[in-house]
Amino acid sequence: MSVAEFTYEIGRGFLPGHRACAGCGQASAVRLVMEAAGPQCIVANATGCLEVFSTPYPESAWGVPWIHSLFENTPAVASGIETALRKQGRLEATRVIAFGGDGATVDIGFGALSGMLERGHDVLYICMDNEAYMNTGVQRSGSTPFAASTTTSPAGRHSFGEDRPKKDLPAIVAAHGIPYVATSSMSYFADIRRKVKRALDIRGPKYIQIHVPCPPGWGYDENASVEVGRLAVECGIYPLVEWENGTVVRVRKIKQVPVEGYLKLQRRFRHLFRDEAGRAQLQRIQELADENVKRYGLTA
Amino acid sequence: MRKMIEGSRAVAEAVGLCRPDVISAYPITPQTHIVEELSQMVADGDIDAEYVRVESEHSAASVCLGAVATGSRSYSATTSQGMLLMVEVLYNIAGMRLPMVITGVNRAVSAPLSIWNDHQDTFSLRDAGWIQLYAESSQECLDMHIQAFKISEDDRVLLPVMVCMDGFILTHTYETVDVPTAGEVDAFLPRYDPLFRLDPADPITLGAYAGPELYHEIRYTMHRDMLAAEEVVKEVARDFKQAFGRWSGDVIEAYRCEDADTIFIGLGSVVGTLKDWADAARAMGEKVGVLKLRCYRPFPQDELRAALSAAKQVVVLEKAVSMGGYGIVAAEVRAALYGQPRTPAVVCAVTGLGGRDVTMPTLDEIYRRGREGETDFFAGLRAEVLEQS
Repeated sequence: MSVAEFTYEIGRGFLPGHRACAGCGQASAVRLVMEAAGPQCIVANATGCLEVFSTPYPESAWGVPWIHSLFENTPAVASGIETALRKQGRLEATRVIAFGGDGATVDIGFGALSGMLERGHDVLYICMDNEAYMNTGVQRSGSTPFAASTTTSPAGRHSFGEDRPKKDLPAIVAAHGIPYVATSSMSYFADIRRKVKRALDIRGPKYIQIHVPCPPGWGYDENASVEVGRLAVECGIYPLVEWENGTVVRVRKIKQVPVEGYLKLQRRFRHLFRDEAGRAQLQRIQELADENVKRYGLTA
Repeated sequence: MRKMIEGSRAVAEAVGLCRPDVISAYPITPQTHIVEELSQMVADGDIDAEYVRVESEHSAASVCLGAVATGSRSYSATTSQGMLLMVEVLYNIAGMRLPMVITGVNRAVSAPLSIWNDHQDTFSLRDAGWIQLYAESSQECLDMHIQAFKISEDDRVLLPVMVCMDGFILTHTYETVDVPTAGEVDAFLPRYDPLFRLDPADPITLGAYAGPELYHEIRYTMHRDMLAAEEVVKEVARDFKQAFGRWSGDVIEAYRCEDADTIFIGLGSVVGTLKDWADAARAMGEKVGVLKLRCYRPFPQDELRAALSAAKQVVVLEKAVSMGGYGIVAAEVRAALYGQPRTPAVVCAVTGLGGRDVTMPTLDEIYRRGREGETDFFAGLRAEVLEQS
């Protein structure tokens, strides 16, 4: 049986046997994306956890055509793939999907992403947001949430961790006026499938940012990824929103729970529970969650 | 058809005749006329290519990488800062054995900022796995682009090719060139038929990481194939002569070297001045010759040894410098001659940096200083400028 036949047979392009950590949010999310995408696609992947754990040469977890080039050029590589398909008259039949972590997307590849969006390429870009440069050892990214402890923004005697707010990339992407932007979460399987299918029905640039909990990076038990991801959404810190052509069209409403329940499960926020200074930051995080609820009208 | 056109236009026409599927470039002086000409040709429907107007050179090379990996012939052009910006992508393209052609317009690198010609930019790429051809004239440049696609896409090569042309000197001057017809080029250069491509019908994984147990061998095969590519460069030049009636490309050209005591080595347009100077010197009884290095990578060691061994002295004209280490081409020439039965003395003369004109008096100075026993020097330094600094 050929690789293509096997992929068709089991119905998805992301196969078992890869080297992801137990409980990896990203591995589950990618599997769900590829189930929704089907076999008629080409994937471009940035350097990062996903690329590394899925392709230790000579093995590969990909049942669809897949290319990894560099860290910050995936949107440009995807643009090139899409352009070639267009030239060959194969773009109607083949979808181009790009994967990048928050490092590749929010920081080092930000310019290339903006260029791809501005030029209007027919590419679905999916950002796997685990909120730090996880593959290289949990260093902070522009997507690291306020007060989280990472190896380059560690909590210490003179620091409460990351002192900058999370870069709001979905809003920045939406400001490009592209047809579809969405946030999702690994803990909401049907949500991922629906949004991927919705995006792939549209021609033009699409962006989905999926919150993917990371057991070693965030510091929680491997079997708790779904629970942790769910709490992030339910406390309002990670709103699930959809934009079309720059305007919010739909949100997932929540019965908001306090942020503490979410934060105390994770080692990266544990320092906030030690003293008064830490508690002050907890209050700030609660305010950020409340701002999200208000801004997007999340209250059920 | 013979036309008098700007060098940039000659390149654009040559590239157009090669039927690229995807063109992606970021403008930077003095490459701009090439990409503007190509844009106009696309806008007028004179060539059937997709033109991607990227936001940086790093993305220009990356778009080409994605396109050729998907099976489409791709092209870009850059220079200096833009070339340095895309360096990691160029290493990536070569390492992934993707064929493509990029015009490397030669320009000095910052700092200080300079838009004028020298060879520092493309020399800095010599280890990247790109075949490098240097053009002396517009005609040679035009011809080399057509040969470049053929060399690159050859199954024995599968390495990208950079055609280097001197910024302003060749890009912005007008020469009479013979432009082949579409039929002639189509007969010489078939459509790109990829050995592998991204295709859902037959999925492959490209760009996996390789551990220490594998990387060493993978890089060896690249080096081995690049060395073997020298034969393909020569073969394609022979085929070109057969198809178009002129000798263009190949790895070296020896001018009046047979009985020369001193041979000057140069790359690119300066060779024209060197030939004129050699004629004048010969007329005065000096036994001098000029060796044009057309193919810098792979480095044609055997050809150089054969051409140089009978000379007493070799003078390498370098339009670049390896800071703290001196000559770049000169070091490689010295290495090629090391341990040979007859080893001429090799002089390294750095000149023409940042667009400084290389004139007949400059060459007189270099020749004299070489005769006086200097081995490594900057020619033509202006004392009044040095006094200010």
